Amino acid sequence: MNRRYAMYMVAAAAFATMPAFINPYWTDVLNTVGLYAILALSLNIILGHAGMFHMGHAAFYAVGAYTTAVLNVTFHVPVLWAMPAAGVLAALFALVVARPIIHLRGDYLLIVTIGIVEIVRIALVNNIFDMTGGANGIFGIARPELFGFKIRKPVHFFYLIWGFCAVTILLFHWLENSRFGRALNYIREDEVAAEGSGVNTAAYKLGAFVLGAFWAGMAGTLFAAKMTIISPESFSFWESVVMFTIVILGGMGSIRGVLLGAFLIVGLPEVFRELASARMLVFGAAMVAMMIFRTQGLLPPAPRHYDLRGIMSGTQTREERA
Amino acid sequence: MSLLRLTNLTKTFGGLIAVNDVSMTVEQGSIVGLIGPNGAGKTTVFNLITGNYKPDSGTVEFDGEDLTGRPTHRIVVRGIARTFQTIRLFQNMSVLENVLAGCHCRMKSGLLSSLFRTRSQRAEERRALERAVHELEFVGLAAQHANLARNLSYGNQRLLEIARALASDPRFIILDEPAGGMNDHETAQLIDLIRAIRDRGITVLLIEHDMGLVMKVCEQLVVLEYGAVIAQGTPDAVKADPRVIEAYLGADDDL
Amino acid sequence: MTNGLAVGGIYALIALGYTMVYGVLKLINFAHGDLFTIGAYLGLTLLTSMGLTGHLGAVAGVLVLAVMVQVLVAIIGYLLERVAYRPLRQSPRLSAVVSALGASIFFQNAVMLIYGARFQVYPHDILPSATVSLLGLDVPLVRILMFLTSVVLMLGLYFFIQKTRTGTAIRAAAIDQGAAKLMGINVNRVVSLVFLIGPALGGAAGLMVGLYYGQINFTMGWVYGLKAFTAAILGGIGNIPGAMVGGLLLGVIEALGAAYISIAWKDAIAFFVLIIILIIRPTGLLGERVADKI
Repeated sequence: MNRRYAMYMVAAAAFATMPAFINPYWTDVLNTVGLYAILALSLNIILGHAGMFHMGHAAFYAVGAYTTAVLNVTFHVPVLWAMPAAGVLAALFALVVARPIIHLRGDYLLIVTIGIVEIVRIALVNNIFDMTGGANGIFGIARPELFGFKIRKPVHFFYLIWGFCAVTILLFHWLENSRFGRALNYIREDEVAAEGSGVNTAAYKLGAFVLGAFWAGMAGTLFAAKMTIISPESFSFWESVVMFTIVILGGMGSIRGVLLGAFLIVGLPEVFRELASARMLVFGAAMVAMMIFRTQGLLPPAPRHYDLRGIMSGTQTREERA
Repeated sequence: MSLLRLTNLTKTFGGLIAVNDVSMTVEQGSIVGLIGPNGAGKTTVFNLITGNYKPDSGTVEFDGEDLTGRPTHRIVVRGIARTFQTIRLFQNMSVLENVLAGCHCRMKSGLLSSLFRTRSQRAEERRALERAVHELEFVGLAAQHANLARNLSYGNQRLLEIARALASDPRFIILDEPAGGMNDHETAQLIDLIRAIRDRGITVLLIEHDMGLVMKVCEQLVVLEYGAVIAQGTPDAVKADPRVIEAYLGADDDL
Repeated sequence: MTNGLAVGGIYALIALGYTMVYGVLKLINFAHGDLFTIGAYLGLTLLTSMGLTGHLGAVAGVLVLAVMVQVLVAIIGYLLERVAYRPLRQSPRLSAVVSALGASIFFQNAVMLIYGARFQVYPHDILPSATVSLLGLDVPLVRILMFLTSVVLMLGLYFFIQKTRTGTAIRAAAIDQGAAKLMGINVNRVVSLVFLIGPALGGAAGLMVGLYYGQINFTMGWVYGLKAFTAAILGGIGNIPGAMVGGLLLGVIEALGAAYISIAWKDAIAFFVLIIILIIRPTGLLGERVADKI
């Protein structure tokens, strides 16, 4: 294992011990960071890798959270069992909703996704299917139980959320460095060239949406379990904006960038709580400034290295993309 | 035998007839040139073959199979690869990754095997890398595999497009102005490359304005003017055809 | 129905701002809705602090107020373009989109910080409260005035765009910036002009909404903005008469929908219209097809 990975392992291990040193309030902040990190990583597939302007990600998050809530409160399905169902339902929703809009050009797609997330929110407020509890939402969601152990304190959720996040990072890292990941990048760079090279662009764009939605749905389960109450206001357009901003400012297509983005955008306002009301103001100004001065984001992805030993003579490369 | 057969292809854009009842065939194993003045509709014919445009009428037959109106990526899978007149590389990705794009349609690893990095997925990746490097060596760009595409010289970018097209293991390759922007030395190398492609068993159809290259490397020529075929035949025959001369140079009143 | 037309006029005025900016910069100015909000708030501040209507009487007071608001909002719009968009002219589209979003967040929160998060109320006694009998319906006079004002402003813009040299320059820059430059048109000036006119119209709309509905809130730009954007798309983004038609049409559709379907879903109607249009006919009612060269 090379040095870069060793460093990450050490940092991860150190991070895993953090709850021991901080009070529960800050653990909870880290939990929120973790949730947004998972959401942003899932959005990264759609926006960062495939380059599709998607500002409706909160809609998938909502479908997952509400699926969990309904399954748990009405049908008494244990929360963790509801997770795959939440993912699947969110994925199906994405499939249905994205299919007709997948061919739209950049800014038009953006507007439509905004419309979708707003319609979902309005539908939730209006108690669609008579299941969503209207503006008050659904309460009384049970805590998750893992082998009989009830997860209810912030420190428990810390390990649940960040454990899930770690798995997400690993799987997405593998995905990025595969045929699937490359295909998404080709589509982002030049869709006509990608199609002309033999990539089924329509299928991959849809696939990116479905995968991103699946993960966002599962994140919705974690959110529902953590809050035990969910309501439509947690799934507004502005939530989508936060996720969108994390990906863009952190670095499109870069796992490290997205993680950093989540820490900064969710964590910093907590640190500067005193300036609470001015937070968003600074946020907005920062977005403008970032675009003018550092368009590629804070930690843009490094070019992939391929191990060509044995394939090409004289090749010394042995690093893989971190 | 005819590998590619175009029959009565017509394509209009608004009021403009870009391709006007074009019929032509390309024999397997040959190198055919599609020439004509600017705006004659050559690239449009290419786009009709590759599925980027759908013809208003007419058919595109490849190896006996009707490909008219199929989506582009399916046509690539069938064995037709192309390069673009305006270079369309993935500029911010490495040379190697650009070629890997060509390998894409010959691989099978899907979402799940990529997500979990299965053994078969890793093996397939390795085979794809071997294929990609092989094509880079074929066009002479292997040493630049880690460079970003946008940092290559113009001539090398054209070679890279060819390598990417070859990586999809085509039976038929369409080159759209491959010598655009190349100097004499590079053009001579290109001629050798085109012949080497044909020697691999790949049929070549190309658009080119460089008449020197066209005369040297093409076995057959098809001449388009205002979207219609005005001449077909060997380079020498076409060169002497008065209609062709008039199309390129305008009618000469003195003759 | 008449309410639909009046509101439609408002949507149209705001939509013009979106469509003009999109026409010349191919950018969706997310911050435009917030300029509308700023118009409403500035109107309130000027009205209450200067007591214009007290001094000048209702009609003249409102007119002066309108002019002042439009000028101020125009200036803010101009600065917005210079600071947040001009540096990104050569950057990829996504950067400008993000910048627009950031500007929108900035403006919205600035308004909230300055004026507070609760609804603010316009003085009630300025506008006449008479109703007029029109085709058998009792219509508030103000509604008619609002609609007429919108129409007058729109017609003014239309003639400006179609008949004057500067207007032609704007249209040229919208079609092809490069060619316009070669024709000697100062594109920067055209863009600045667009960012003066569009925001001015939006600010006027904000003032009217404040005067008519009486209540304003820092988030109003979001809802009105998105609906106005839908109107612009409906008419064909980049197409100025299209924005006018789209705005009125959307206002009417919304009013009918609220009456016959349900009031609760009223806001969603605009989104539905938006999505359907973009799927079926993205170029809108009056837009043109543009083909890509491969």
